[in-house]
Amino acid sequence: MTSEGPTCAPGRVAGSRTEPPAGTAAFPATLRRVRDGARFCGLFALPAGRDGVRLVAVVSDHGELLVEQEAVAAGAVAAGAGAAGTNATGTGAAGTNATGTNATGTGAVGTGAVGTNQGRYASLTPAIPAAGWYERRIRDLFGIEPAGHPRLDPLVLPVPPGSHAPLGPGGDPTARITPDLAPLPSHVHGEGVFTVPYGPVRSGVFEAVEYLIETSGEDVSHVRTRIFYKHRGVESRFVGASVEDGALLAERVEGVASVAHAMAFCAAVEELGGVHVPLQSMLVRVVHAELERVANHLETMVRHTEAAGQAVAYAVLSHHKERVQRLRAQLCGSRFGRGVVVPGGVTGPLGLPPADVLRAVGAIQHAIDRDVDRLMDTPSFVDRLRGTGVLSRDEARRFAVVGPVGRASGQAEDVRTSRPYCAYGRLGLPVAERHEEGDALARQQVRIAEIAGAFHLVRQAVDELDELGHPASWRTTVPSVSGMAIGWAEAPQGELLSLVEAEGGRLTHVTQRSASFHNLAAYPSAFPKDVFTDVAFVEASFGLSIAGAAC
Amino acid sequence: MPWVPRGLRDGVVTSGYPRRPDGYGAGFLGHIEVARVPGDDARALAAAAGACPTGAIQLARLGEADGTGGDGFHGSAPLGVRLDRGRCILCGRCVRLAPGTFRADPGFETAGIGRRALVVPAGEGDEEEVAAARASLARRVRGLRRSVHVRHVDAGSDGSEEWEVSALTNPVYDIQRLGVFFTASPKHADLLLVTGAGSAGMEGPLRQTYELMPEPKVVVAVGTDAASGGMVGEGYAARAGAARVVPVDVFVPGSPPSPFGVLHGILAAVGILGSRRAAGAEDPAARTPAVRGPVAESPAVRSRP
Repeated sequence: MTSEGPTCAPGRVAGSRTEPPAGTAAFPATLRRVRDGARFCGLFALPAGRDGVRLVAVVSDHGELLVEQEAVAAGAVAAGAGAAGTNATGTGAAGTNATGTNATGTGAVGTGAVGTNQGRYASLTPAIPAAGWYERRIRDLFGIEPAGHPRLDPLVLPVPPGSHAPLGPGGDPTARITPDLAPLPSHVHGEGVFTVPYGPVRSGVFEAVEYLIETSGEDVSHVRTRIFYKHRGVESRFVGASVEDGALLAERVEGVASVAHAMAFCAAVEELGGVHVPLQSMLVRVVHAELERVANHLETMVRHTEAAGQAVAYAVLSHHKERVQRLRAQLCGSRFGRGVVVPGGVTGPLGLPPADVLRAVGAIQHAIDRDVDRLMDTPSFVDRLRGTGVLSRDEARRFAVVGPVGRASGQAEDVRTSRPYCAYGRLGLPVAERHEEGDALARQQVRIAEIAGAFHLVRQAVDELDELGHPASWRTTVPSVSGMAIGWAEAPQGELLSLVEAEGGRLTHVTQRSASFHNLAAYPSAFPKDVFTDVAFVEASFGLSIAGAAC
Repeated sequence: MPWVPRGLRDGVVTSGYPRRPDGYGAGFLGHIEVARVPGDDARALAAAAGACPTGAIQLARLGEADGTGGDGFHGSAPLGVRLDRGRCILCGRCVRLAPGTFRADPGFETAGIGRRALVVPAGEGDEEEVAAARASLARRVRGLRRSVHVRHVDAGSDGSEEWEVSALTNPVYDIQRLGVFFTASPKHADLLLVTGAGSAGMEGPLRQTYELMPEPKVVVAVGTDAASGGMVGEGYAARAGAARVVPVDVFVPGSPPSPFGVLHGILAAVGILGSRRAAGAEDPAARTPAVRGPVAESPAVRSRP
């Protein structure tokens, strides 16, 4: 039994490298790369020493993940970026978070913890809008100020005045924090314009999130999204865990994309351990990941049909989704593919013989195809999606939107082909049709094509598993790992990154950056000429998981 | 083909549960069963308890007080094992490490009335406490059997519980056939379904929703996260389960529980199935009228061959 073939190949990052600073701006290389066409993938923060924070910027360029690091010390910016933090340190007037909607950076002050959490760096957001939400998140959780950020409202955790950010210097990740709602006024008054707060307890079974819909009655002028209701502090729960427990926790960061999260996390761990995953185990991972994609894409269609009042279509599509979930449970015992992907491999083979898997997949795909064709021939449904929630190509590019949402707006990248991981390099993924319209209909069409592609991959993987037979072991032992690495996967929502730092086999820091978080920043841009009743469609067509965004 | 004939083509796909058992449960990992007398040595039991990612397994010398840790295995008395299903995420590690004691059991009827009902095997006083919780619940829900309006609140779930709860409206589970409806307003709700580890941000909204519900009201905690926090546990922003925020009557363990598990929890809460797991505490015939009401009138069930 051979275990050659492509490795799960995440990017490895040398533990202590920090790019030499140049000029006054933070992350000079990242700024340059993005200006030259690279795609911004994320900005991470890790505790460094007792009172420092390390920032890691990640961009994707021609199939390569490029990383740049900056150290920010508490109280002062580390060498190099110092000149950027020229703002007055502010009086930090405890109790008045100067995070007004028009804060242009100069007004950004500490969140009240004067004297300790004064770390600053020059914000990336003016040059890279996609970094905006990352910087807000890092400020909430680590207390590091991006100087020059255009709109520094609390995002995942409104830390009350006088408290330290939980993960930053001086913070205590075990001490309870009660969110401070003062800097988050829920009504905005203007001439003829009012704000409709929608959430966090919404009609129907939805995840908790609040949309503040600014409207003059019919047109939606702007939508603000508040995700802090669901912030659970998962990042802090990784600290000190074993890599095995880390995989279980990663699955629960974004429950509807459990397999993808476990794959990205395990890819990073396996990179650190220099582990080669048996080929059969990689194929099993692909089967579970692609069925997860099918289930998620069906879920967005179910929500579309529900919003459009297509009762029969809702019933048949939700039945198909149930069949997919049941098939997943037959293959591994969990309807969400949990506990399958473990560091070093998988826990076992598919729970059905290959021929049975192929038969079940064939039947489900046939049923889905017929009903989706019928749905797309239903004018009263298609008209609801056409022209709804247009995310223009330019906006999608500005926010570096990933996944099906990006692919419907001309952002073609799919990590499965651009940076092949796991067994995707040896499986043929059908070339996706290009879409640039950016409306809900285009997103639906992209997902329909992806469902077909996912079934195609499942079939190839199962065929290959049938030929290869069982490996000697489904799982390679992972040695005690140390260092930092980034793993990735193409979750149903889009590119997912997992930054893992470990020391002596124990996790010291993990960030699961979900596509939902990355894409949610572009969500307000998808309402250029939409009316109130479109909101449900735009939301459904983005297909985001709030749990993954807020984690 | 237009939609109306399409809707008829598949016939009835709706489950007969709870009037008839549903075969789906047979292939589904429902919960971990614990042997009353452990079939493994102390070392294997300690390994299983240590490997549990949520600390759901407790070991104690039999005859000693309720175990609080897992280090009592050096004594001479036989070891007793207790598993808290409200913490268990069904990862299956204990089954692999101590197969003589832990067994993965299929089935979805996993809901328990009161938190203590989830700890197996039952300890001293548990039976009485569970019976008391059951009686208190039964008094409250007497009027709810024929029409139950449900309000769902997500208090920091991972998103999967929402999928399973909303699956109840798909044609397979079709919860309306049982007279159970989801409602938007807490003021119309009889039953609160709560999911999630109890995120700090949702503490206020969850409490407000509960307070707005008219009496009598029932709370069902869906998922291990809601019961104990599960893997997310307790931290600066999580409260080790939404059950710490509002008083919960019925717990549905699982990470996440299946839609049938959620359905079982709802039916147990409103007394339609209340006594199924109470080993003969109630005459099965006495249960039939409650089930017959809304179920028999449902066209989906009537057209069943």
